[in-house]
Amino acid sequence: MYFLKRILFMVPLVLLISFFAFGLLKLAPGGPFSQQRAPASEAIRKSIEAKYHLDEPWLKQYLRYLGLLWERDASGRLHRVSGGLIVGDLGPSFKYRDHSVNDIIAQALPVSLTLGAIAFVFAQCVGIPLGFYAAMRRGRWGDYFGSFIAILAVCIPPLVVGPVLIMIFSIRLGWFPPGLWGTPIYAVLPMIALGLFYSGKIARLMRESLLNTLQSEFITTARAKGLSESKIMAKHAFRLAVLPVVSYSGPLLADLLTGSFVVEAAFQIPGIGVFMVNSMLNLDQPMTVGLVLLYAILLLLLNLAVDFSYSLLDPRVRL
Amino acid sequence: MLSGCTRREPKADLRILNGPEIQSLDPHIITGQADMRVVLSLFEGLTRFSPLNGDGIPAIAERWDISPNGKTYIFHLRTNAAWSTGDPITAEDFVFSWRRALDARTGGDYAALLFYIKNGEEFNTGKIKDPSELGAKALDAHTLRVELKNPTPFLLELCASPALAVVPKPAIERYGDKWVQLRPFPCSGAYTLEFWRLNDRARVRKNPHYWDATNTELELVDFIPCDSANTAINIYATGHADVLWDKNLLPTDLLDVLRRRPDCHSYDYLGTYFIRFNVTRKPFTDPRVRKALALAVDKERIVKRITRGGEKSASHLTPDGMANYQPPDGLGYDPDAARRLLRDAGYPNGKDFPRFQFLFNPGPANQQIGVELQAMWRTELGLEMDLRQAEQKVFFDDQSKLNYDVCRSSWIGDYKDPNTFLDIFISNSGNNRTGWASPSYDALIAQANAEPNAAKRAKLLEQAEILLVRDDLPIFPLYFYSGLVLFDTNHWDGIGLQGNLVDQHNVNFIKRKKSVVRRPLSVVHGVERPADDGQRTTDN
Repeated sequence: MYFLKRILFMVPLVLLISFFAFGLLKLAPGGPFSQQRAPASEAIRKSIEAKYHLDEPWLKQYLRYLGLLWERDASGRLHRVSGGLIVGDLGPSFKYRDHSVNDIIAQALPVSLTLGAIAFVFAQCVGIPLGFYAAMRRGRWGDYFGSFIAILAVCIPPLVVGPVLIMIFSIRLGWFPPGLWGTPIYAVLPMIALGLFYSGKIARLMRESLLNTLQSEFITTARAKGLSESKIMAKHAFRLAVLPVVSYSGPLLADLLTGSFVVEAAFQIPGIGVFMVNSMLNLDQPMTVGLVLLYAILLLLLNLAVDFSYSLLDPRVRL
Repeated sequence: MLSGCTRREPKADLRILNGPEIQSLDPHIITGQADMRVVLSLFEGLTRFSPLNGDGIPAIAERWDISPNGKTYIFHLRTNAAWSTGDPITAEDFVFSWRRALDARTGGDYAALLFYIKNGEEFNTGKIKDPSELGAKALDAHTLRVELKNPTPFLLELCASPALAVVPKPAIERYGDKWVQLRPFPCSGAYTLEFWRLNDRARVRKNPHYWDATNTELELVDFIPCDSANTAINIYATGHADVLWDKNLLPTDLLDVLRRRPDCHSYDYLGTYFIRFNVTRKPFTDPRVRKALALAVDKERIVKRITRGGEKSASHLTPDGMANYQPPDGLGYDPDAARRLLRDAGYPNGKDFPRFQFLFNPGPANQQIGVELQAMWRTELGLEMDLRQAEQKVFFDDQSKLNYDVCRSSWIGDYKDPNTFLDIFISNSGNNRTGWASPSYDALIAQANAEPNAAKRAKLLEQAEILLVRDDLPIFPLYFYSGLVLFDTNHWDGIGLQGNLVDQHNVNFIKRKKSVVRRPLSVVHGVERPADDGQRTTDN
């Protein structure tokens, strides 16, 4: 019931986001069809504007975008305009004139999802054990070493990691391709470039959280009861300590799944992240609004998933 | 979900790093150079570009007759020209295609290339409703009669451009705009579309129905889009691509090193980098001010220190190497004359000269050039200028709305005739963007284009250009572009460079060299590449 309510609440929220995204883009300077070469004639410019309904008042354009606009046809009967957000149609792309926004998302999103998912797994698989290890060795060399690695990973942005990885493993050693997309071997370097930063962040979260948890009373109680240290760690401490990591994972996953401009551009990966940035520069309005909505919906859903996983992990949380 | 990660596809015979992702496959809509490379492999017109000099050479038309006044062409089509479906290509297909390209509803920015046809512009702008009045008529299935508004000496080059290519009538009539999504994709060129995945690659496969299929050697060709210069050079250097075909894909910082490589080829290119003045804003309303600013710029320094890709400094707008035309010299570098002119205009040593802005868009050298101009005008003339960078779309919007003082500009010619450069500054051109309107310039261009005699025509165009670059200066040129391409001449043949000014290439001319002498690509040679590499033609 609770989840149903949350999902229903998403509808007005998505509408509101679409309204602001659409309105803000209309305020942006420049025109989507401004370019080096002027159209051959005024007639052509007008026909392009008419084709994409850019000659209408922007509120009407927005209603058309939503699909909540009724127009009279030749015989004078009222018809709802075809397509629109309400039926899941995000409109045509202004820049890639053969494609609709839905087409482009259908092509590019699976790539970003794949890369994001493996980078997410990579970040978790490196970050959690590293943080766990550092916390266990608190104040000793192991801690310093683990924390140093984690800080290093956080401090070097993907913008630097990507080219460095390419230089070492691709140009010098020739183990991996320096870019493009295809067989799994193409995904290795981008995965590391994308996931390394987050693995450092997760390691630090994990370490802090585990240290805090180890000081709480129920751990002392468990120790007093004579439970073995490994059982305390695995059964009691870890479950609670991993919660901040889990709540961080929701937005993180949304972030990773919707693609990273930096990594996708550096490795020439046909994902959605490149479109996210370029569509704004190109003033490709339907594309930008579509991607903003995609990102918003993913974020909302993943937050919901995080709340749900809380109820599984933390015995104190009941929804 | 993992489908994105587990593709196994055969390697293409030729992999081209093609620059920015193409916008469309529709030959009548595209405008970008990268788009044209892909689309010219899929579609053909009456003629095609010669790899040696960019001339229009026979393609679907095997020969043509030209009337003595140069205003009527009779094209004789090949009887074996066929669509990728196997159906014959007829003269009627061309009539349909040209009407479509001209129709404002198609929304093609390049429709202007068909305005040279009689009633072309009138049909486009709606002055003429009946398309049968257009000067293109099918006399029979394989004969096309084309009537022109003026004698148009570059018509055969125009016919090779995508805007005049033949497109499939049945598919377009049935599916409208959606015809480009049809698979198999109906096309008329040497290749057919295998697939196109956005930002991944467009793959084309040899078209067995193409009339010249016997001379088309490569079976599969990949066009790989890439926006980042560093990524592109990595992909090329590790052997994941065979040709790197966009100058913007070469990192400017590495140009000095890259240009010494034997696989790096630079060539003259039909483009000019120039500066626009907004002549409607004071003090740029005064031609003396504009001349002073132009004379104070050391262009040689800009090409030597900033662009470094083999560009030549320019004093005239039209690049050298045009057919039947010798561009006039414009203003050179003369700071003393510049100071005198500025004093005459009422600003001795830049006194009282208002602070002004230089508008530019993101691009490899634009900012550096802005800084250089800023310094030159400050030291030579005592003028203060601010730099303002704007995103592409904002930049072009501001430029066309005359919302600037001085502005970075460039123009790429479409054919080897001065008209492609000079007609942008006629008063009613949407590309003028300076506010400059000169009745005498307009008259000279109009007169020139109606002139059948090539020498007289050249003289008129020269007078017009003198007005532009010597007398009135709504603009002043900085340098002519050069093209740069990376590929190993030991492996590939048929990529014409020097002499092919328009830089249009049909991939079906590219062939693999039979006897391959392996030369390590990663080695940077300290010498200029050998002159006998078989790629360069010196007849220009």
